[in-house]
Amino acid sequence: MGHTLVEKIIGNKVGHEVKPGDIVTVDVDWCMIDDIMAPFAVQKFEEMGFDKVANPDSVVLIYDHFLPATQVDDTRHFKIGDEFAKKYGIKNVHRTDGICHQLMTEAGYVKPGDIAFGTDSHTVTYGCVGAFSTGIGYTEMAGILGTGQLWIRVPESIKVEIDGTLPGNVTSKDIILRIIGDLTASGATYQSIEFTGSTVDAMSVASRMTMSNMSVEAGAKCGLFVPDEKTCDYCRIDYDDSVKALRPDDDAKYTRILRYKAEDMVPVLACPSLVDNIKPVSELKGTKVDQVFLGSCTNGRLEDLRAAATILKGNHVADYVKMIVTPASRKVYREALHDGTIEILLDAGCIITTPGCGLCCGRGGGILSDGEVVVATNNRNFLGRMGTSKVQIYLASPITAAKTAIAGVIS
Amino acid sequence: MFKAKIWKLGDDIDTDIILPTEYLAYETLDEMKPYAFSPLRPELAGKIQPGDMIVAGYNFGCGSSREQAPEVVKALGISCIVAKSYARIFFRNAINNGLLLIEQPDLYDEVNEGDEAEVTPGECIKVNGKSYPIASLPDNLLEILNAGGLVKAMRKKNGLE
Amino acid sequence: MGMTMAEKIIAAAAGVKEVKAGDIETVTLDKLMSNDGTTHLTIDMYNNLKNPRIADPDKLVWIIDHNIPADSPKTAASHKKMRDFAKANGIKLYEGEGVCHQIMMENHVCPGELIFGADSHTCAYGALGAFGTGVGCTDYLYAMVTGTSWLLVPETIRFNLHGKLKEGVYARDLILTIIGRISANGANYKAMEFVGDGLKELSIADRIAICNLCVEAGAKTALIEVDDVALEYLKEHGRQPKALYKSDDDAVFSEVYDINLEEIEPIVAKPHFVDNIVPVSECEDVKIDEAFLGSCNNGRIEDLRVGAQIIKGKHVAEGVRFLVVPASRQVYKQALKEGILDTFMEAGAMVMNPNCSVCWGACQGVIGEGETLISTGTRNFKGRAGHKDSFVYLASAATVTASAIKGYITRA
Repeated sequence: MGHTLVEKIIGNKVGHEVKPGDIVTVDVDWCMIDDIMAPFAVQKFEEMGFDKVANPDSVVLIYDHFLPATQVDDTRHFKIGDEFAKKYGIKNVHRTDGICHQLMTEAGYVKPGDIAFGTDSHTVTYGCVGAFSTGIGYTEMAGILGTGQLWIRVPESIKVEIDGTLPGNVTSKDIILRIIGDLTASGATYQSIEFTGSTVDAMSVASRMTMSNMSVEAGAKCGLFVPDEKTCDYCRIDYDDSVKALRPDDDAKYTRILRYKAEDMVPVLACPSLVDNIKPVSELKGTKVDQVFLGSCTNGRLEDLRAAATILKGNHVADYVKMIVTPASRKVYREALHDGTIEILLDAGCIITTPGCGLCCGRGGGILSDGEVVVATNNRNFLGRMGTSKVQIYLASPITAAKTAIAGVIS
Repeated sequence: MFKAKIWKLGDDIDTDIILPTEYLAYETLDEMKPYAFSPLRPELAGKIQPGDMIVAGYNFGCGSSREQAPEVVKALGISCIVAKSYARIFFRNAINNGLLLIEQPDLYDEVNEGDEAEVTPGECIKVNGKSYPIASLPDNLLEILNAGGLVKAMRKKNGLE
Repeated sequence: MGMTMAEKIIAAAAGVKEVKAGDIETVTLDKLMSNDGTTHLTIDMYNNLKNPRIADPDKLVWIIDHNIPADSPKTAASHKKMRDFAKANGIKLYEGEGVCHQIMMENHVCPGELIFGADSHTCAYGALGAFGTGVGCTDYLYAMVTGTSWLLVPETIRFNLHGKLKEGVYARDLILTIIGRISANGANYKAMEFVGDGLKELSIADRIAICNLCVEAGAKTALIEVDDVALEYLKEHGRQPKALYKSDDDAVFSEVYDINLEEIEPIVAKPHFVDNIVPVSECEDVKIDEAFLGSCNNGRIEDLRVGAQIIKGKHVAEGVRFLVVPASRQVYKQALKEGILDTFMEAGAMVMNPNCSVCWGACQGVIGEGETLISTGTRNFKGRAGHKDSFVYLASAATVTASAIKGYITRA
C-alpha cells in the first residue's frame, strides 16, 4: 500500500515502513528552543538528572520573543540560555538574528526529510521544505536533549490540492486562511496536511512557509510540501534522488481530500477572535482600523515586505493609523534595505522595528488597548493576544494589510 | 475513583486564554496561577478549589506549545479535564505533567457548571445519575502518567528515583 | 545694566523692557511640547477643569516617542487617549516619528522662543538659541489653558569654550566633564550659557548634546548664541529665527568658567549619577551586556556616523546586545542612504525604530538584574534602564560602539 509524505519521512528515519497510528521512537535531527521556554526546558532537563546533552549540534537556541526586552526579567532568559549553551557545548545560539522559525531554515539548519521539534507551536513551519517538524512542550524538549529521541504517533494525512493561477490580490495567506476556515480550528488535529497542486508548485518557498506555519491553526501536527528544485535552492542542497524520493505515493491513503481552484480564491480575513472565523475582505470593507501589523514568522519575509511596498509606494498610511513593520530576520531586513523596500515603507510612514516576534507574541511591538482594531499578518487572533480582550484582531495577507493601512479601513 | 465539582468552559479554549503571554515568564506557577483563564473569566482562578474539574467542548488547549498552560491548570488543583477533543500539543504537555485528560463526546452538552461528577479513570464518569463511558490511554502514555509525568519517568531512567 | 541671553528672552516673552535674575515674570509661551511620558495625565486634569479650553492649539506639539510601539495595554491606552484628544482639538501629533526633542529641533524650535516641554531635556533647544525648559504636567496644563506661565528669571553661568576637541573626543565628553566639574546640582535653577571661539567647531548635533545634558547639572535651561552654523541649520529646515539675542558685555553672570577643549578626554559617567565621571581608562575591566547608541542626546546622524566608522568590518562581541536607535525618521532615512544602517546590522547590531528606547528604561531593550549597559542616553540613575540592581555607564557614541565590539568598556 502507498504512503503519504509524512509516512515516508518518518519511515526513512526509523528504517522501516510505518502506517498511521503506529507509535515509533525517532532520532531527532533538530531541537529548536526559544527564549520564552529556555529556562523551563533547562530546569526540566536538570530535574531529569541528565549530565550531558545527547547531541549538542542538533540544538539551536533562539532569542526572539523577548527581543527587544520590554520587562526587567526578560534578559534572565537569555542569561540562562547562554549558560546552558556554554555548559553543554551548544554552539548554535542566535541572540539577535530574528524569529526562530525563520532562522531554522534560513540559517541552513532544517533540510528536506529532517525531523525537528521546537518549543513553539509554529515549529510546523519547516514543513515548507519537506521536513517533519512540530511543536512540543519544554518537558518533552528536556527529554530529547537528554536522549536525542522522542516518541511520535504516525499521523493520518489530509491532502489539500490547489490548482490554477491565483488572482493578483490573493496570496498564500488567503489560501491557508480559507483552508483553516473550511477545516475549522480543530479539523486537522493530530493529522498531517499535505499541500499539492500546480498553484503550490508555482509558489516560492516563502509563500509555502506561510501555509506550513499556519497549519497548526487547524490543529495539524505538520503541514508539508513536497521538496522541489526551489526548495533545494533555498536550502542550498542538490536536488538529488534522496530528495526526489520524498513524495507521496499515488495510492497513498488520506482521511480527507480538499480541492481548490486558485481562480476562485479571494482575499479573506480571520475575524475576531478565532482563526477559523474566515470572511471575504469584501464583506468587511470599511471597518475602521487603528493599527496595521506586517511581520511574524507567518508573513515577515522579503516577499511580504515587497508585496506591501508595491501597494504603499507613493501612498501614505492614513492619518492617526500606525503601520508597524517587523522584518522576520536580520537577513530579511538587510535584503529589504538593499532593494529599496525599506525606503518605500519608510516614506509611506511605516514604523520599522527590529526583527523579532514583535506584536505577534503580545509582549511589545505595538500592543493595543480597549476598543482598538488591528489588521495583522501574523497567525493568531485569540482573545487578548495583542493587548486587552477588547482589542479586535483581524488576520490578513500583506496586500490586504497595506491597502487597509492606506485607507484606514479594511480594504 | 474520585469526586469533583465541574467548571464549564466552551469550545476552542486556547492557550492564550489559559495563560496569556504576559505572565509566561513568571518564575513560579504560584505567580502565574491568578491569571489562568483571565482573558475569558478573570474571576475563575480565584474560585477553583483543589480537586475540581474542568469540562469543555472541542479543541481544548489549541494554540501555543506553552507548557505553562497545563502546568498552571494542574497547579490550580484541577483533578482532570473532560473535553470533546484536545489540541495535540496541549494533550502531550498535560500527560507529561501528570494532568489527566479525558475525551468524552456527550458529557459536555448534558452537564452544568457546579454539578458534581464521580470519575473512575479508564471506565466512566457519573454525573446527575447518568454514566458516561471513557476510554483508557495508550500504554506509553499511561506509563508517563503513572510515573507522575515525564520528568519523573526520566529520573527513573537515569537511576534517580 | 546689561542683560544675559536668558533675561532677554524672558523680557521679550513678558513684554517688558528689562528683567533681572531673581524676578518673577508672567510670560507668554511660544510652544508647548508634551510626550507620552505624561500627556495622558495632563488630559485627565484638563478634563476635570470647568469649561476648559486651549488658549492656542497651534502652539501645542504632542509627540509619542517613549513607548512606541506600545509595550502594554496601559501604554497603548495612554497613546489612544493622547491621539483621540489631539484629533479632537486640532493639536499637532507625531507618533513614532522620533524622540520628541529631535522632532522639535527638526521641525519647530526657533531662536528667541520660550518653550515649555513636559520633559526635563527640553533645555536642548538652547542649541538654536531658544529658551527651553522642562515642566511638570500641572505647569503644562496651566500654560496650555492660559497660554502663559510664571517664570523665575534664572542666574546664568557662562562657559567660555576655547580651542578644539581632540580627535576621538566628542561633545558628550565635554558636557560630562563640565557636569563632573560643577556637580549634578551645580547649576540648579540657573541657565548655562556657552560662548567662545570653541563653538565654531561644534556642529548643531554637538550643541544639542551639550544643551540637552545641562539639566543633569540641575540647569533650568541652556543657551548658545545663534551663529552662522545655527542659521544654516534653520535654513535647511525651512525656518526663520523669531529673534536673535546675545548677552550684553556688561551682563551679570553668577559664575564664569573657561574651558580649554584641547584638555577634554574621553569620559565615562559611572553608576549611579551623571556627575560620577572618570576617564574611560578607569573602567576598562567592566564587562557589558548591552550597548545603546541613540536618544535625544546622541541619536543623530553625526553620532551614527561615528559609530558606523568604528564598527565597519568588525562585529559586536558575543553575548552583547547592541541597540542602535536613530533619533528620528529623518535621521533613520539619512543613515539608510549612507549605508550606515546596513553597516550596523552587518556587524550584528539591532537597528530599532526611532524612539526613546532604553534611555527611558521601558519599552525596548530593558536590562535585567546585575546587567551592565553602556549608553549614550541621558541618565544613569539606579534602575533607569530596567532592573533596580543593574548598572548604566554613560559615554560618547565612539566609546559605546568600541565597547560593544570588545564586550568591555573601552575607548575607541
